[in-house]
Amino acid sequence: MVNPLQTAILEPVAASGLFQMAWLMIAIPLVSAAFLLLVGKASNAWGHLLATLAPIASFGIGLALFFQLLGASVAERTVEVPVYEWIGVGPWDVQIALLVDQLSILFVLLITGVGSLIHIYSIGYMEHDERRRRFFAYLNLFIAAMLVLVLANSYLVLFIGWEGVGLASYLLIGFWQHRPAAAAAAKKAFVMNRVGDIGMALAMITMFAHFGSVEFAEVGKNAAQFSPLTATLVGLFLLLAACGKSAQVPLQAWLLDAMEGPTPVSALIHAATMVTAGVYLIVRSGPIFDQTPVASTAVVVVGTVTLLVGAWIGTSKDDIKKVLAGSTMSQIGYMILAAGIGPAGYVFAIFHLLTHGFFKANMFLGAGSIMHGMDDDVNMRNFGALGRAMRWTFLTFAMGYLAIIGFPFFAGFYSKDHIIVAAFEHNMIVGICALIGAGITAYYMTRLMVMTFFGRKRWEHGVHPHESPGVMVFPLVVLAILSVVAGVAMNSWINGWLVPAVGGEEHTYGLLDGFTEPIGWLTMGVVAIGVVIAVSVFKSVPKEAPRGNFLERAARRDVYGDDINNAVVVNPLMAFIGLLTGFDRGKVDGAVEGIGASTSGLGQVLRRLQSGYVRSYGLTMVAGAVLVGAVLILGQLA
Amino acid sequence: MSFPLLTLLGAVPLVGALVVMFTPRATGRVTGLFISLLTTALALVVVGLAAGGRDLSEQFTWIPAFGAHWAMNADGISLTMVLLTVLLTPFVLIASWNVGHADAEDGWGPRAFSALVLVMESFALFCFMATDVLVFYIFFEATLIPMYFLIGGFGEAGRRRAAIKFLLFGLGGGLILLAGVVGVYAISAGNGQPTMLLADLAGMPMGTGTERVLFVLFFIAFALKAPMVPFHTWLPDAAESGTPGTSALLVGVLDKIGTFGMIRFCLELFPGASQWAAPVVLILALISMIYGALAAIGETDILRLIAFTSVSHFGFIVIGIFSFTTISMTGATFYMFNHAFSTGVLFLAAHFLIQRRGSQKIADYGGVQKLAPVLAGVFLLGGLSSLALPGMSSFVSEFMVIAGSFSQNIWIGGISTLGMVLAATYILLMYQRTMTGPVTEDVEEAFGEERSNDLTGRERWAVAPLLLIIFVFGFFPKPMLDLIEPAVTTTMSQVGVSDPSLTMEGSN
Repeated sequence: MVNPLQTAILEPVAASGLFQMAWLMIAIPLVSAAFLLLVGKASNAWGHLLATLAPIASFGIGLALFFQLLGASVAERTVEVPVYEWIGVGPWDVQIALLVDQLSILFVLLITGVGSLIHIYSIGYMEHDERRRRFFAYLNLFIAAMLVLVLANSYLVLFIGWEGVGLASYLLIGFWQHRPAAAAAAKKAFVMNRVGDIGMALAMITMFAHFGSVEFAEVGKNAAQFSPLTATLVGLFLLLAACGKSAQVPLQAWLLDAMEGPTPVSALIHAATMVTAGVYLIVRSGPIFDQTPVASTAVVVVGTVTLLVGAWIGTSKDDIKKVLAGSTMSQIGYMILAAGIGPAGYVFAIFHLLTHGFFKANMFLGAGSIMHGMDDDVNMRNFGALGRAMRWTFLTFAMGYLAIIGFPFFAGFYSKDHIIVAAFEHNMIVGICALIGAGITAYYMTRLMVMTFFGRKRWEHGVHPHESPGVMVFPLVVLAILSVVAGVAMNSWINGWLVPAVGGEEHTYGLLDGFTEPIGWLTMGVVAIGVVIAVSVFKSVPKEAPRGNFLERAARRDVYGDDINNAVVVNPLMAFIGLLTGFDRGKVDGAVEGIGASTSGLGQVLRRLQSGYVRSYGLTMVAGAVLVGAVLILGQLA
Repeated sequence: MSFPLLTLLGAVPLVGALVVMFTPRATGRVTGLFISLLTTALALVVVGLAAGGRDLSEQFTWIPAFGAHWAMNADGISLTMVLLTVLLTPFVLIASWNVGHADAEDGWGPRAFSALVLVMESFALFCFMATDVLVFYIFFEATLIPMYFLIGGFGEAGRRRAAIKFLLFGLGGGLILLAGVVGVYAISAGNGQPTMLLADLAGMPMGTGTERVLFVLFFIAFALKAPMVPFHTWLPDAAESGTPGTSALLVGVLDKIGTFGMIRFCLELFPGASQWAAPVVLILALISMIYGALAAIGETDILRLIAFTSVSHFGFIVIGIFSFTTISMTGATFYMFNHAFSTGVLFLAAHFLIQRRGSQKIADYGGVQKLAPVLAGVFLLGGLSSLALPGMSSFVSEFMVIAGSFSQNIWIGGISTLGMVLAATYILLMYQRTMTGPVTEDVEEAFGEERSNDLTGRERWAVAPLLLIIFVFGFFPKPMLDLIEPAVTTTMSQVGVSDPSLTMEGSN
């Protein structure tokens, strides 16, 4: 299906005034990170405070820019901020330049806003970790890289941030490097992301070969000149990149392992911000996907499959963080699905991305608060009845829960509903899948709530759950409030704000739309069924996990993600490398050594003529003399 | 004729090596370091003058019968090579401060190490600046001598064997090159004007068949130097047995003579044959790149692993050179520069690591980051540079090579992106196995419980400037690219190739 709606083409205006300072948003956390890493132990006492101020400062600048944009006319809301020339060789003129527009500024506010809250939370969460300063430095590095990613004006500058967040993610997943599982998970995340980055590199070099530029504005203007095949290939390359970063099938396997990282990291990087970069990439690349129904369909398929697989995984995990990780995959699946629909879905993808950023960060931090009170236990079979023991954590978590299942008037109710409606308009099967996903979401989230906060205590001996300190509760409260109000606040506004930047149809959505459409009622019904099933199934929770049916067993094994990767890629490659290593030593080197052996026979003869160190010297001298002689003689002959 | 500044630049470390040998044992190392820094300062002056447009060429008649001259000049490509040489050498000396100290068996002391390094530096500089084929050839051969002694005199067990192997490969390549040089001379003599000057030889008429034969001779000699599969086997052996400082110089500087030679001699002397051979060379380079990376993933010895990563990187460089685009060739030249520092940091960090634990087997490590976080951090940064992380200079060059080659041949450029994943795998696998996980008993014994055995001040000073270079040129590659690009443009016009036009012109 060809999209009837057009994607917006960027026409940036030059930066003036405050916009020229936009690079400071990136520089502040970057300098802070470098400072803390270089100064070392001397900043142990106050390093985390400095690091917390950095994203707050960036947030302040971002907010000021947001209000400037709000006050500007639509034509002047796309601002390009040149910084300096990066690579100017031959046909290339790659500038380090930033693009502040309606889309990027929303990301800036999400990243620095949620980022600041998570920094504050971490002050408490990481209080007893002897490497806390280093943790904060990495968090700052992440913020800087993520801001580069969303503020870049070209794919190549975006790629600096893209790999930068990959590095920060690597460092933070593996923060507790002494744990082999954490170190392995970190490496796995980086390498799988690099597989996606091949897609990014291929897309960029195709753009360079065609247009000599990778600037969003330039590529957007010229995308129509791609042949259909090229456009499809570039679209698929970008999708591959998005799959890696956003943990979409088939590159999803790293995200569940990434939960080895400290929980604030899971909240910030592996829920609210970094993993949504794939959605950003596809929305930014709208002009390319406009040209290729094939790649767009592939995006929809990937999103739909992932939203179901992620939800499926979420149903059977006993590790609270892994339930949330499966849920993150699934929710990003919704966003990717919406982005694949094209201009009709871009706004909804971003809307859901923002609300998800709030409620998922909220719940991850809540999970961290629970772990804090439960001696770092993550097994929900050891929880139960925590609602009374941890009042604030429970209440704030409940707001996130209501938001994600799409309870009326909570944030997810608005953002997810739009996607389901758009999915039905796009294709009936996709719509049904999105609807089923909503039901499964309600099921696994209710399961999580019941197993954690309700029922009887199943606490391990000697565990005394207690509420977390204020510095951890405060971010929970703020995010809980956002989980409640973000939908209502943005529902009528965000479409008009984003359409000029990403394309789509100008339309004002009402707060009660969900009650006037049949799909809205249908969704609420499916969600209610999911909730009721979960409540009845998990009335009592055995301490030992029952064997479960084959669906549950598959979900516990991450739907065989690792098994497939190992069977298809890792094991064959390692076997081949084993062969190659033997071949290198046996055959290649053997052939060479054969020649060497006959020559060193000569060496043995020469060696007997010499003694001590002089022997090796002598060999060299002889060889040298022969060569010089050869030069002279052959030179004469010629 | 103006003052022979380039000759002076090459002579300073050579004379300095003599001075080092005659200074008292105790001050030998300091003198050596001082001389290498003096060379660096002089080289920076040279680059500054050349960038300012000063003509630095010098030419003295040497053997009239051959038309051989003592001729030196430095264009952007040469200056890049000069810079990487003078910027790497002093820090290798600082890092290798204790090399040869306790090796009583042979009596090769740190003074000899410094002197040999300076000799090597001098010969390499002359190689990069020579514009007479005979002068180049002589220094090409001469670099074998100091490197032979550096490997054979200071390395680990099996070093003599590795040194011999290195020497035989070097001499083999040298003989092949010699045949090529003689051939080039013979043709010029046949044309009635015997000459060894590059400027006269370039563009000299010769038969297609002859040109191709000579190209193959030169190319094989250079492919042995900057080892391409299947000529690579000496490099892992040399790296395994030599001291890591030596290996940093070997891979960082000396092997570059091979890739440098491909641009300067293969392309400029035999433009037609270069284009004729390019498809085969590109495939060989691609094989090298992938082969080296896979072998690195399967390697169990830290130093051999780093050597194999270089085989892979040299594959990238050759891809960039033989893709004949401004982007890819500028990228390849910049790649040579960056590779010196990323591999330098890796080898030096490996040196610090191995010195403490006394083993270079990956399996003998585990959990080092807990006891030596700074060492682990340096090792990781060197590794990230090797895998071309954006923000580091190696990314700019690797991406330029990939993108430039893609615009010429989508298959070569496209397949080369696999290197991104393979590099991440070999680096992070090595880091995971050596640095992370629980601290093993042996590591605890070697590194002490209280982080007392982390990098010393001297060791930090050896690697910090290299890392600084990597980051500065990652974010601000402009000075280097501006230096390289005009020279690449000249070479491309000599070869008679121009950039592929954009598949679709942007509508501006």
